[in-house]
Amino acid sequence: MKGRKLLFLGLVLIISAGLLVTSCEKKPPPELTGEPYVIGGVFSVTGRASFLGEPEKNSMELFAEIVNSEGGINGHPIEVVIYDDEGDATNSVTLVKKLIEKDNVLAIVGPSLSGNTLSVIDVIEEKEVPLVSCAASVKITEPVKKWVFKTPQTDVMAVEKIYEYFVANGITKIAIITVANGYGDSGKEQLKAQAPGAGIEIVAEESFGSEDTDMTAQLTVIKGTDAEAIVCWGTNPGPAIVAKNMVQLDVQIPLFQSHGVASPKFIEIAGDAANGIILPAGKIIVTDQLPKSDPQRKVLMHYKEVYEEKFPGSKVSSFGGHAWDAMAMIAEALKVSGPDRAMLRDEIEKTTDYIGIHGIFNMTPEDHNGLNIDSAFVMLKIENGEWVIIE
Amino acid sequence: MFSLFLYFFMSFFDQLLQFFVSGVTQGSIYAIVGLGFTIIYNSTEIINFAQGEFVMLGAMFMVTFNAALGLPIPISFVISVIAVLIIGILIDLLIIRPVRKPTHISLIIITIGASIFIKGVAMLAWKKDYHAATPFSGEKPISIGTAAITPQALWVIGITCVVLVLLHLFFEYTDTGKGMRASAINPKAASLLGIRVKRMVLISFALSGALGAVAGIIIAPITFAIYNMGVMLGLKGFCGAVIGGLGSVPGAIIGGFALGVLEAMGAGLISSAYKDAIAFVVLLLVLFMRPTGILGKGEMKRV
Repeated sequence: MKGRKLLFLGLVLIISAGLLVTSCEKKPPPELTGEPYVIGGVFSVTGRASFLGEPEKNSMELFAEIVNSEGGINGHPIEVVIYDDEGDATNSVTLVKKLIEKDNVLAIVGPSLSGNTLSVIDVIEEKEVPLVSCAASVKITEPVKKWVFKTPQTDVMAVEKIYEYFVANGITKIAIITVANGYGDSGKEQLKAQAPGAGIEIVAEESFGSEDTDMTAQLTVIKGTDAEAIVCWGTNPGPAIVAKNMVQLDVQIPLFQSHGVASPKFIEIAGDAANGIILPAGKIIVTDQLPKSDPQRKVLMHYKEVYEEKFPGSKVSSFGGHAWDAMAMIAEALKVSGPDRAMLRDEIEKTTDYIGIHGIFNMTPEDHNGLNIDSAFVMLKIENGEWVIIE
Repeated sequence: MFSLFLYFFMSFFDQLLQFFVSGVTQGSIYAIVGLGFTIIYNSTEIINFAQGEFVMLGAMFMVTFNAALGLPIPISFVISVIAVLIIGILIDLLIIRPVRKPTHISLIIITIGASIFIKGVAMLAWKKDYHAATPFSGEKPISIGTAAITPQALWVIGITCVVLVLLHLFFEYTDTGKGMRASAINPKAASLLGIRVKRMVLISFALSGALGAVAGIIIAPITFAIYNMGVMLGLKGFCGAVIGGLGSVPGAIIGGFALGVLEAMGAGLISSAYKDAIAFVVLLLVLFMRPTGILGKGEMKRV
């Protein structure tokens, strides 16, 4: 009995020691004497969207570490305070308030998800703190909100890029198949909205659940139409199953996917069925294939190198790049503005020709995303399980 | 004119055939998952909400042994089934048996807890990524008339049918099987007759663990494996089992297939946006009109 009690006590001690260690904040290197500039982050580090939040958190911390080791910003170290919203929008709101009121941050990076970002906008606008979101939805910056910026490409641009390809290749009739969640619905909305302008007719419109495991019924319907291409809008695993089912049903028309599947994981799970798929994607996935003349090549190479050195075993993803771009623009703006939220906001809005991971950013009072379609996306084709840039 | 009509009719028929084939593929997955619920229900009258997790574990072990460690498919299959069978036994020994005053509802809630626990551990062990599993015999589709089916789907349908026959024989004709059913209907009376009720419950957890593993292993090449795959599969399998009549082995199979075919027909003929809604509306209709399910026997209570 006594042994048991001791064991229990021991366990409690170990667990509480573990908690203590993890809750300790990282201190900036001592050689920087200036007052630290505190920047907050809210990411979905755990939970269903952890594939976004984890690399974002890593990238943000890594960026601060590098800036501090190179002398900080005018002698001031950057201190980052990052909270995890677990993918829950209610948490995002609470944590953003906490960052503003308790941690007194100059700016906030995040949240990771579109829904979560949209729900913190009211607080941000009221408290007047610059926010650079890492979420995709076009609604975050359209219409423009004074204090809200974002770095990721929007699905508006992705659709534009695909339709550009269709027009160039004489494809006029398409079928769309989208996942029934926020990502797929937003994609569907854009696909339908931009079709008339590009002279494209959508002849079939199908959807699938995010956990469905068979799409042959939907594809059979599509097969019965005169569509010349299929556009699938979703995140893993649905698009991989669509690709496999198309092979099964021997559907011969080309399959186009969204940038949501632009990761090595997609090729891994779709296997041979991935070959021939065409999709728009950020340049990060084909860094080594970029021509030497590409201005982003150097930035991408550097990011890839430092990230994979700092986090051995993990590969850079496009998601971490969003937080990296956000931090880089904030850091650049801080050099001019100093620790003042309003001036910092103005400087972020003046960002010109920042060469980032996901494109070349030019912020204006009318455009708080600042990306243009040419630098933000390249069209890729999967050949023999490898990404290949196509023109 | 007539030939045009005939053309449309034929192409419609072709589509219908493909919907049916798709539905049967999907239905066989629901059926084999539903069978796991049936076994535990048959011997304890509790619904094991960790059944979906058994399926997930089977798929994950298979991916680990076959794809990651490179063991041949038959060996990985056997090891994975044994591993999940042991987990099933552990669940009974560690969390079901120690309950002081077991009621059906408390045990059911405990299985929900077990399911959350297993999912959490699986997330840490296998991370949050999808894993691809190797199909048993290639991926070259097989044509059935104008419809096409993958070889793996044939494996799923075939193994489901074999399991169905074996389970039916087990529950109807062996002493252990009969003892398990008796323990569910009246544990006290069963133990007075010399049936070791606790052992029956243990066997049922082992068996449904093994069956869940088989389900996970054979469907993983179609669905991919991820730590949270058990939730939706468990729900749909349970749905199928209820439609067919909870506790009936053929019922679970018929219910699962019916659900799969209805979903595919609904997605193809009405709208893929309402696919899940169609399945659940059918479940409600069945429960309104025949609360015991298609093959379920009416409950009799003598006072």
